[in-house]
Amino acid sequence: MVNIEIDGKTIQAKEGVMLIEAADEVGINIPRFCYHKKLSVAANCRMCLVDVEKVAKPMPACATPVTEGMKVQTRSAKAIAAQQGVMEFLLINHPLDCPICDQGGECELQEIAIGYGSDTSTFSEQKRVVKDKNLGPLIATDMTRCIHCTRCVRFGQEIAGVRELGATGRGEHMTIGTYVENSISSELSGNIIDLCPVGALTSKPFRYTARAWEMEQRNSIAAHDCIGSNIRIDVRRNAVLRVAPRDNETINECWISDRDRFSYEGLNCSSRVQKPRIKVDGQWQETDWNSALEFVSSNLRTAVDKHGADKLGALVSPNATVEEMYLLQKLVRGMGSNNIDHRLRQTDFSAQDLAPTVPSLGRPLAELAQLNSALLIASRVNKEQPIAGHLLRRAANSGANIMFVNSEHYDFNFSVAEEIVTSTAGIEQALAGITKSLLSSTKKRAPAGLSALLKTIMPNEAEKKIAQQLLDSKESAVILGSQHSRHAHASTLQALAGVIAKLSGSTFGCLSEGANSTGACLSGAIPHRGPVNESRENPGLDAQAQLANKLNAYMLLGIEPEHDCADGENAITALENADFVVSMSPYTSATSERYADAILPVAPFSETSGTFVNIEGQWQTFAGAVAPLGETRPAWKLLRVLGNLFELDGFDYVSSEEVLNELKEHASTLKLNGKAEWRCPEKLAGADDDLGTLGVSEYSLDCIVRRAPSLQGTPDALESNAQNNNA
Amino acid sequence: MSKNATSQNLSEESRAEIDEWVAKYPAEEKQSAVMGALMIAQEANEGSLTTALMDAIAKHLAMEPIAVYEVATFYSMYELQPVGKHKICVCTNVSCMLCGSDEIVSHLEEKLGIKLGETSADKRFTLKEVECLGACGGAPMFQIGKQYYENLTTEKVDTILTELDTTTALKAN
Ligand code: SF4
Ligand code: FES
Ligand code: FES
Repeated sequence: MVNIEIDGKTIQAKEGVMLIEAADEVGINIPRFCYHKKLSVAANCRMCLVDVEKVAKPMPACATPVTEGMKVQTRSAKAIAAQQGVMEFLLINHPLDCPICDQGGECELQEIAIGYGSDTSTFSEQKRVVKDKNLGPLIATDMTRCIHCTRCVRFGQEIAGVRELGATGRGEHMTIGTYVENSISSELSGNIIDLCPVGALTSKPFRYTARAWEMEQRNSIAAHDCIGSNIRIDVRRNAVLRVAPRDNETINECWISDRDRFSYEGLNCSSRVQKPRIKVDGQWQETDWNSALEFVSSNLRTAVDKHGADKLGALVSPNATVEEMYLLQKLVRGMGSNNIDHRLRQTDFSAQDLAPTVPSLGRPLAELAQLNSALLIASRVNKEQPIAGHLLRRAANSGANIMFVNSEHYDFNFSVAEEIVTSTAGIEQALAGITKSLLSSTKKRAPAGLSALLKTIMPNEAEKKIAQQLLDSKESAVILGSQHSRHAHASTLQALAGVIAKLSGSTFGCLSEGANSTGACLSGAIPHRGPVNESRENPGLDAQAQLANKLNAYMLLGIEPEHDCADGENAITALENADFVVSMSPYTSATSERYADAILPVAPFSETSGTFVNIEGQWQTFAGAVAPLGETRPAWKLLRVLGNLFELDGFDYVSSEEVLNELKEHASTLKLNGKAEWRCPEKLAGADDDLGTLGVSEYSLDCIVRRAPSLQGTPDALESNAQNNNA
Repeated sequence: MSKNATSQNLSEESRAEIDEWVAKYPAEEKQSAVMGALMIAQEANEGSLTTALMDAIAKHLAMEPIAVYEVATFYSMYELQPVGKHKICVCTNVSCMLCGSDEIVSHLEEKLGIKLGETSADKRFTLKEVECLGACGGAPMFQIGKQYYENLTTEKVDTILTELDTTTALKAN
């Protein structure tokens, strides 16, 4: 610690930090453009010049380390003269087109010009003009406004890990761009919109829709992956107009993925249903809520009375809130059925009783950045959970060995220490090889039966290296990626990964599909366990069995089975053959109108209060950002009324909070622990077995994302759509 | 980023020459050879670079293509458009300007029938304005190829151009 004085205030600062950090720490504001706490120091804008005692020239606070006894003035005549001079230079080529600039009102250049600039300029020559670049569907450019702070360039290099933007040309001719026309491909690209201190890089979908001061900011939680990034939803006249990150150092730092940022377009799309609709004699008609709920409850009751409660199934999106899932399972179970599931793309449920009760990462998210090594299985982590990818990239940059066993080669934005690319079945073989190698180097005993199963396995070099690396590392993790649950032998992967983790002293965990798989398991949206792990005597049918067994009535919450289930076609056939299907969803589609008998408009995450539990076990509750569209209702309210109509006990909640509290009462007893399994898998595929493919495009994962046109136009989405069409 | 760039567009010889530069730096600092590499590629391609060549260099030196574009666009000695056989780089910076570079420029423009920044229709000459080439002692000056021509007068310019003409003509024969 050193003692310094800024503007007469004595403060203590950590040795070696830059003046600007020390000042930020105590809330003394020093103007800046190029400095950003998460990026390297470029010191090229000179806006942060301050007056340091005994130094002749003004010093850049972002690049001047604190020293004992340093005395700094941020508002002395010398400092002010320097700041005004720099401001004048920065504005020489700036077009001052604030009235037509999207950044107006939330622009660092405007703010600092007002706070630190002077009111006139001595510059009367011509300004330069820079041609705009086309950076793809997400980011709009107005490069004449650029002040060359290079934040966006450094972001690409240091955070996104793909250097796509650069500063070409020199002096007055320097421009920021890609040089050759190219869409930016990073899955975190939208963050440069927040980073750009001026209006040079703005959001393309949001362009010209609203002024910063016309919108209200509502806090929320991102609804597309198991990270639970903290977001801010900007709202005007009850419409969601854009999404930006909220700082949370333990989760998303100050970034969010493009999927979390731009998916909001899907919330405002024209296929939203606004009124309850029921199908009477094959004809769709709009109706009021009372009649719709009567219709649904009487039809469900008839189906149950006629065929038995076990002929009723419920499928819920892993992106639903815990309140919704808890109530849905309570309703279905209240009617006597255990058929409820959220694991829509999973096909192998054989080990569901042995697997960890809830999906968990096995350690706090932030710790991913501190790992020395990690083995990821069936994962394209940077695209599937971009924030986790970012954290692992940080680990890789500080020397960690990040290793993969995948069924396809992926380009990662960090250096990969070892990558085994094999067939879908080959993943099992590779894990078997790693396990065998660990067994022989640790001389530990294998779980019963495993040695026999691995008898013919001969670990290859890559497998041995991975095993050794995990063993040698102080902090290591074995992580099952979200593709693993779609594997035809998911239980084998789980078992082997568990054994690998235990043998190598690594933590064991997974990155699950959807925003709330962890919450789903906690709230009982699984057939074999009730809320908080209470096991069920006669387990219900899992998602696939519900569809395969052709039940008589289905309740769907927030899903489009044709896209969200493992076998979409089969799902549709089952639904079309059922007596009664109610789709509780924000959306309608030609397909859902074919199989459903009632479509009840329920609120997407932005229009309801609720809670997501992320993969590290954090419960994050949010309020609705806007009122539900039209006659849409939050799903928890609707389920509550259905509970009443079925005359079930305990459905008299007045707020979603009460639902949450009821669940939490039990949940407090349950600790999330990513306990590795210790068992021998039941089966091991041969290397040549055809087990299909695992990939699903990260931009077609849920009904909101699928309806966000800008995301659908990104290189990532186009590439995977093209692949799917060829397949 | 042109993901499919290969070093194919670099000739065998160019690559060998570039590797001589690479060898001068520590193994993990390959990109230090970028300036030399760009020069080699440019000379092998009649005096100018193409995006494909720059991508190939990026690949060869394990750099992001944009980082190569940055270097190539920063220095005036790299050409990103095709140039004539003789590239005349006239300095118009302060010393040369005070010693009469304006006259040299207008004389050249008249003589060659092209303006600064242009290439003659017969692709023999390119006229280029450059900043100080560090030869202020001999101002005004210009550079053609690797040769500096100093203390220029209009007469001297004429002689130089005639000489160039004959060398080209001779070579052409
Ligand atoms: S585009 Fe924005 S972030 Fe990038 S250098 Fe220019 S001002 Fe800075
Ligand atoms: S913030 Fe210090 S030089 Fe830009
Ligand atoms: S000013 Fe022309 S060489 Fe220096």
